[in-house]
Amino acid sequence: MTENQVEETLASQLVSKAEERVSVASNWQLVWWRFRKNRLAVFSAIVLILFYVIVLVPDFFSTQDPETTEAALAFIPIQGISFFDSAGFNLSVPAVVGKRNPVTLRMEWKIDETRKVPIRFFTQGYKYKVLGLFETNIHLIGPTDPQSADWLYLFGTDRLGRDQWSRMMFGTRTSMVVGLVAVALSVFLGVLLGGVSGYFGGWTDLIIQRLIELLQSLPTIPIWLAMTAALPQDWRPDQVFFAITIILAFIGWTTLAREVRGRFLSLREEDFVLAADLAGCSRMRIITRHMVPAFMSHIIATSTLAIPVMIINESSLSFLGLGIRPPAISWGVLLQEAQNIQTVAQAPWLLLPGVFVIIAVLAFNMVGDGLRDAADPYGH
Amino acid sequence: MLRFIVQRLLILPVLLILFSIIVFWLVQAPPGDFLTSYIANLASGGSSIREEQVEALRQQFGLDQPGYIRYVLWMEGLAKGDLGYSLEYQRPNAELIGERLVLTVLLALFAFAITWIVAVPAGIYSATHQNSLLDYAFALLNYVGVATPNFMLALILMWIAFAYMGINITGLFSPAYEQAPWSLERFVDLLKHIWVPGIVLGIAGTARLMRVMRANLLDELNKPYVVTARAKGMSEWALVLKYPVRLAINPLVSTIGWMLPQLFSGSLIVATVMNLPNIGPLLLRALTQRDMYLSGSILLIYCFLTIIGTLVSDILLALVDPRIRMEGV
Repeated sequence: MTENQVEETLASQLVSKAEERVSVASNWQLVWWRFRKNRLAVFSAIVLILFYVIVLVPDFFSTQDPETTEAALAFIPIQGISFFDSAGFNLSVPAVVGKRNPVTLRMEWKIDETRKVPIRFFTQGYKYKVLGLFETNIHLIGPTDPQSADWLYLFGTDRLGRDQWSRMMFGTRTSMVVGLVAVALSVFLGVLLGGVSGYFGGWTDLIIQRLIELLQSLPTIPIWLAMTAALPQDWRPDQVFFAITIILAFIGWTTLAREVRGRFLSLREEDFVLAADLAGCSRMRIITRHMVPAFMSHIIATSTLAIPVMIINESSLSFLGLGIRPPAISWGVLLQEAQNIQTVAQAPWLLLPGVFVIIAVLAFNMVGDGLRDAADPYGH
Repeated sequence: MLRFIVQRLLILPVLLILFSIIVFWLVQAPPGDFLTSYIANLASGGSSIREEQVEALRQQFGLDQPGYIRYVLWMEGLAKGDLGYSLEYQRPNAELIGERLVLTVLLALFAFAITWIVAVPAGIYSATHQNSLLDYAFALLNYVGVATPNFMLALILMWIAFAYMGINITGLFSPAYEQAPWSLERFVDLLKHIWVPGIVLGIAGTARLMRVMRANLLDELNKPYVVTARAKGMSEWALVLKYPVRLAINPLVSTIGWMLPQLFSGSLIVATVMNLPNIGPLLLRALTQRDMYLSGSILLIYCFLTIIGTLVSDILLALVDPRIRMEGV
């Protein structure tokens, strides 16, 4: 055999191997392969994973207890981390020095570049419990000396001297979970009612469709406001949290239900459903084993695109004071501090929770778009 | 077509009655009524009100009656065109809503115009110059625009204007014209202020509209009739504007109907942030103060607008695209 021939056979073997790999790959594998090609979506997925790591252990990422108020430390600006000093790579932040303005009686902070506060990763701080399991006091970042009077304020402090960065970590937990749970709820309702409506047809279909039309012709934002305003003032934060989630899901499920119904209607006519029926499968088995997997990837893509909408709505409602209520912390609650424009001009870092909202929504949209394109692996 | 419109118009009262029940149930659902929150407010202000006075007020507003009777009374008033009486402002609701309705509609129309003036040309450009630098720039702006909550955009604009230009861009009027009766000067003053909230409200819709316009036009541009026209030597601009754009814009026209109610209710949050004297803040305050007849009436107006909007968009769609048949509906 000449060298050329060897190369050719090798190449054809490789091609057939690749073909074989594609033809035996499961649906999910194909979706994953297509999704992987979209760099932006993969990068966004990593961002989202980071967000959800914060959701799991917000304390670890915090530098201070988010509830600690210290009025004397109000409106400390962002210090800015410096990575190098004369001795090489050494993390530190400049100290801040406050002086009360005799006229306005406001604390005015100056960054004192001459005095460095050394910081490092994995330092000791306040005690907390990881997932309610074990106690620790290790935090991602903080001053090297935990007893230091000069502290690290990554994102400055608010009107009550609370550490903005730490509060944003806890806000991340609430906001990301609200979005996820609300969408999970609406997917559950949507798939259930949409499936029932599409599979059984007839009267059931008619009633469910009219209900969906009724809900969809309600003006969303005003009705949301009315519903959240109707929540009793004396509810505990966790009760409010669940109520808000349910309210958000209440209107979200209708779009999904419509989509599921449409899919069911078209799938019902497919040969494989008929085959399963003739083979003696029960209705429940046809739905759960044959029909639902056939459009699961679509549902996942659609619900990924629904999460950012929920996050925006939650933050808008909370911003107006009708959503999550303090002392619970969410991005919208944090943005309430930025309601007064004079305050924002003085402390622009109060707008940072909004940047988190934008990043999270962008990431969800990118991942959702990527999933939607990848969801139909046989499409192209 | 006519049958379709008549059918929908016949359903309208049924829908409105259903909505009025939902709305009424919502606004009276929270425990306590306006007077409880009124008394609480007085108490926190250090003053108090006599027990007999409270009872008298409660009777006057019918708050001592059971829910369904209040509902019937409210509906009776509505049927006569009486929107009820605001408990907080001590004025007829129709008056309160009326004076703000003009500004709400003006603002919505302004935002709507901005959306279309920006979105349609940008969409056409993006489609005809696919993968150009500007196309990517528009796509990026789209993504960020969709990801930014309206109120956040308002906050950022207000902050920049205040911190770097020293101007306060809240409200729709200068202090001098705030309470003044309508005049040419007042209108000019309004035009000076309306653009910031207009842009904030318009931008959100722009992103979506542009994306749809671009996608629709891209579909059309590859069709044989475009190639034919080009082969016959038609100039590119005239060609694009005369045929594919007209087809691509069709689905957008149908969104006009439901965009308007969305603009009304979308301005709710921005209006509160920017302190605009339109219906939004009025509803918000009525909701938190339990001023139930006022909030109920506003909510019902929103419902009405939404239904009308959907109807209008269906009719528009049928008008601009004769291929859609309405007989089966």
